[in-house]
Amino acid sequence: MTFLAVVSVIAGIMFGVGAIAAVYRIIRGPSILDRALATDVLLAIAICGLGAEMAINKHIDTLVVMLVLAMFAVVGSISIARFMAKEDAS
Amino acid sequence: MSAAEIAVGLLILVSAFLSMAAGIGIVRFPDVLTRLHAATKPQVLGLAAVLVAIIVQVPTWGVLTTAVLVMTFQLLTQPMTAHMLGRAAYRTDHVRRDLLIEDDLDRDIAEHDQQ
Repeated sequence: MTFLAVVSVIAGIMFGVGAIAAVYRIIRGPSILDRALATDVLLAIAICGLGAEMAINKHIDTLVVMLVLAMFAVVGSISIARFMAKEDAS
Repeated sequence: MSAAEIAVGLLILVSAFLSMAAGIGIVRFPDVLTRLHAATKPQVLGLAAVLVAIIVQVPTWGVLTTAVLVMTFQLLTQPMTAHMLGRAAYRTDHVRRDLLIEDDLDRDIAEHDQQ
């Protein structure tokens, strides 16, 4: 196995642990703010994973996907935080 | 195994470790504000590390400018998200006040109400 293959296995496990923890917080999260935050973290991990895959396999096919995700990641959390009323806080 | 390959591997490992740290952080920390603190690690430093790794692997001007654009948008939008989430958490009482050392915003709101 080459060095980058070993790195890709270790990084995949670490990304997986982070993503599973984020999904756990989305399911459990006591408030909707926790869920919005965990969704943001899941998206950030997905962006980092896309980039890591590109760097390991030496191509730039999904760089535009990273750009679009970085541009529009903000919409969901801000709309949840902005239109959250005090009564439906769960 | 060249020096560039080792650098790329280390940068990817940094990004993956920060992603794992953020996941563990949002599971273990007690309220929204502390989870916000944990969540920002892969969003900024992890993304920067992985973008540098891509630039090292494919060093062209198009890749460099797109990576700078991605980082710029992330740095512009993530503080807005954190600010709005923190504000909504404070206003809807999702803050563990017993864990706060000092609550400056509470004092400011009380002063504003007196006027």
